[in-house]
Amino acid sequence: MPTVSMTVNGKPVSANVDARTLLVQFLRENLRLTGTHVGCDTSQCGACVVHVDGVALKSCTTFAWQVEGANVTTIEGLANGDKLHPMQEAFRENHGLQCGFCTPGMIMSAVEMVWRKGSDLDEQTIREELDGNLCRCTGYHNIVKAIHAGARAMAGDRGPAQQAAE
Amino acid sequence: MSATGIGASVRRKEDFRFITGKGHYTDDISRPGQTYAYFLRSPHAHAKIKRIDKAAAEKMPGVLGVLDGAEMQADKIGNLICGWMIHSKDGSPMKMAPHPALAVGKVCYVGDPVVVVVAETLAQAKDAAEKVVVDYEELPAVVDCAKAKGATQIHEVASDNVIFDWHLGDKAKTDAAFASAKHITKLDIYNNRLAPNAIEPRAAIGEYDTGSESFTLWNTSQNPHVARLVIAAFVGMAPENKLRVIAPDVGGGFGSKIFIYNEEVVALWASKRVGRPVKWTAERSESFLNDAHGRDHATHAEMAFDADGKILGLRAHTVANLGAYMSTFSSSVPTYLYATLLSGQYAIPQIYCEVDAVYTNTAPVDAYRGAGRPEAAFVVERLMEVAARELGVDPADLRRRNFVKSFPHQTPVIMAYDTGDFDASLKKAMELADYKNFGKRKREAERRGKLRGIGFSAYIEACGIAPSQAVGSLGAGVGLWESAEVRVNPTGSVEVLTGSHAHGQGHETTFAQLVSERLGIPIESISIVHGDTDKVQFGMGTYGSRSGAVGMSAIVKALDKVEAKAKKVAAHMMEAAEGDIEFKDGTFTVAGTDKSAAWGDVALNAYIAHKFSGQELEPGLKEGAFYDPANFTFPAGCHICEVEVDPTTGETEIVNWSAVDDFGVVINPMIVEGQVHGGVAQGIGQAMIEHAIYDDNGQPVTGSFMDYAMPRAHNLPSFKVGMTMTKCPSNPLGMKGCGEAGAIAAPAAVINAITDAIGTENIAMPANAATVWAAIQKTQPRAAAE
Repeated sequence: MPTVSMTVNGKPVSANVDARTLLVQFLRENLRLTGTHVGCDTSQCGACVVHVDGVALKSCTTFAWQVEGANVTTIEGLANGDKLHPMQEAFRENHGLQCGFCTPGMIMSAVEMVWRKGSDLDEQTIREELDGNLCRCTGYHNIVKAIHAGARAMAGDRGPAQQAAE
Repeated sequence: MSATGIGASVRRKEDFRFITGKGHYTDDISRPGQTYAYFLRSPHAHAKIKRIDKAAAEKMPGVLGVLDGAEMQADKIGNLICGWMIHSKDGSPMKMAPHPALAVGKVCYVGDPVVVVVAETLAQAKDAAEKVVVDYEELPAVVDCAKAKGATQIHEVASDNVIFDWHLGDKAKTDAAFASAKHITKLDIYNNRLAPNAIEPRAAIGEYDTGSESFTLWNTSQNPHVARLVIAAFVGMAPENKLRVIAPDVGGGFGSKIFIYNEEVVALWASKRVGRPVKWTAERSESFLNDAHGRDHATHAEMAFDADGKILGLRAHTVANLGAYMSTFSSSVPTYLYATLLSGQYAIPQIYCEVDAVYTNTAPVDAYRGAGRPEAAFVVERLMEVAARELGVDPADLRRRNFVKSFPHQTPVIMAYDTGDFDASLKKAMELADYKNFGKRKREAERRGKLRGIGFSAYIEACGIAPSQAVGSLGAGVGLWESAEVRVNPTGSVEVLTGSHAHGQGHETTFAQLVSERLGIPIESISIVHGDTDKVQFGMGTYGSRSGAVGMSAIVKALDKVEAKAKKVAAHMMEAAEGDIEFKDGTFTVAGTDKSAAWGDVALNAYIAHKFSGQELEPGLKEGAFYDPANFTFPAGCHICEVEVDPTTGETEIVNWSAVDDFGVVINPMIVEGQVHGGVAQGIGQAMIEHAIYDDNGQPVTGSFMDYAMPRAHNLPSFKVGMTMTKCPSNPLGMKGCGEAGAIAAPAAVINAITDAIGTENIAMPANAATVWAAIQKTQPRAAAE
């Protein structure tokens, strides 16, 4: 079994895994980070989105070995200690979640959306950018509101990938 | 109104764990020694099982068990059941076919579970399943509900595939009303089959403890006690007291997680067979195959009018597809949850409805958000809109002319509407939609080459599914009350144990708001406990928009008892007569004096019991209640949809959605509006893009999110939501229920708007771009000829 090593939420981790192990399985089963969810088997729903070196990635369609050496952030690593990330706050404040199952992927996608598109997002941009994330509870109305507000609160945060590129 | 009491948009208490990834859904749970189950399912819609060869699979690495239906029968594990008895016109009972959790002798739909493989890892279970050989003899498949009657027989008990032919209303009087009519509007409707698709796939962990001879089931359930009852009393897995069911955080249900499914029964049984906990989590493709689908009705409906545009009668004939087996509550959906709502918001003197329910070789069909009521609202509201066009009357005027205006109102189809103001919701929705300027917008759209249309849906539903005596008389196998226990701790904090179950509705917040308002304590001091049969007294669970009207009413009743007992304690503490004790904002006072005792002091005194003798008063402060309401509740409202159609492509955009609902008293407007948004989104999905399709051989065509069109953010508009309020008289809080309204109202509003835009009377759901474009091709020559 191959060894995979990466940094997850700031901590170096390493394990021997079956080569078939998906990143989401590695996170959920090996590391017990169960905040990243699996809602489908065709890379459509986005419940599994994590950040790999600052880029949103569907962890259900990525082998663990493909992110060897990368810096992975999951929903559990988004807050700064006890201080919630502004996008997490915005989802709570705007009732952007109901059952909560799609929420970790929504928040991770939303944060990266702001890194790519800036903090002044209009409704149409948010709706188009959410193409890869499904929610069955909210009708997206309050998710769109939450991302709009969360983006404003993130003003100035251009994300690790953009910062590294500069 | 306090900041956290009734009527406040309190931010949800449950959100912190969900936004930080700390929720506990079933698949997040791992048990010591856990193994994994993988199901080998039927690839055929209809076939005899000639032989199952498991020998090679049993030798595969990591395999602990390869189990089939014959072994399950040998262990005396019983069949799944349908818990609502419907009788045919001739009085004969519905024809319920045996529904084994693992197929025995034959398979009846693609996805029917045949063999379960249990192994140390999921990958090993899947690898071993490849080695199982099942020989099938294929049989012709029955797919289309309209052609099921008399086609290839699926089950021995139903020779013509008809489960029941049921009716409601007075046929002779309805026909007489039609005979005297000045105008009759006729419509053929297909209510499309839907896949529920909660984003959390179903999951189950079965665990057997040899020492106590008891089972535990963790599962994705909307009603864990009902699951325990059915699995104990009907499936016969274990006595009820030896089975614990835990439904932890559940990621959406929409009806699909009410039912008792094959996999959870098998996980329990297999855990005893292999002596280790067994976990199964559905892949999405399995969800498409096995989760009970919704709708799938074909209906011919007619509405009769007099010369003044007053409705004289309605008659409908519906064929309902119940799929390959009768799911848990499937029989109730196209009968008592459907035909009883065919009066809509209107005074209709005579209604007659016939329903034929049939077996087909498709996944079982059962309740999906709205369950029967969206189908009824669609029939009534489509007929009204088409009639208005045929009669040349404004659709709002025709509705107003026929509204029920005095209450209570007895319809000809069982329901007695208790209260409402249909005029008020129509008026407010028309204001919100700026109806009076629609013509201007239509002309402006025409200049851009777009067809603009507007459609109404003035729906009513029966919610708060109860009362028990009434549903019992209609065939329900269970009572539909709800239970609550309020436990006050010595420090004054409170736990509420509720028989309701939350899977996105926010009960941890709204139920706490009620307790906070009543006891005057902060909502942080209140915990809502649900979903564990070992912790919570028997309860009926959450569906049919019942947790507010029924579930919270049970809490009110328990709180009444807590307050009465606390007053007794306070009386002893302050040496006053019990009748002089007043309780307000968390403080007990003695009338006419300055004596007072805080809530926390009274709670502590109830437990230390130093101020009264055990002979005078029992120590402790904990009370339970069961609440069974006097009537259903009747949420109603009016949704108006405005669309723009591009005639060159058929692409339809919803440009304006105005929803005005009367839910009675609202506990948390933020949460209620969220329920409306989600319901409308599902209704728009049904109307415009969603359709679970089987080909002629019974092979599912829509087996993944790649093929089944789920509404995405860019398919939907933002919604304008308003409310009107008439207080429900049949429960103490005056609540009606809000969970299903959007899904009930939306489809008719969308189709009424699209048909208005393109100038046709009928169009099939889902009205996707291809369907709309094809309809435009038919209507354009007509338009040109005019």
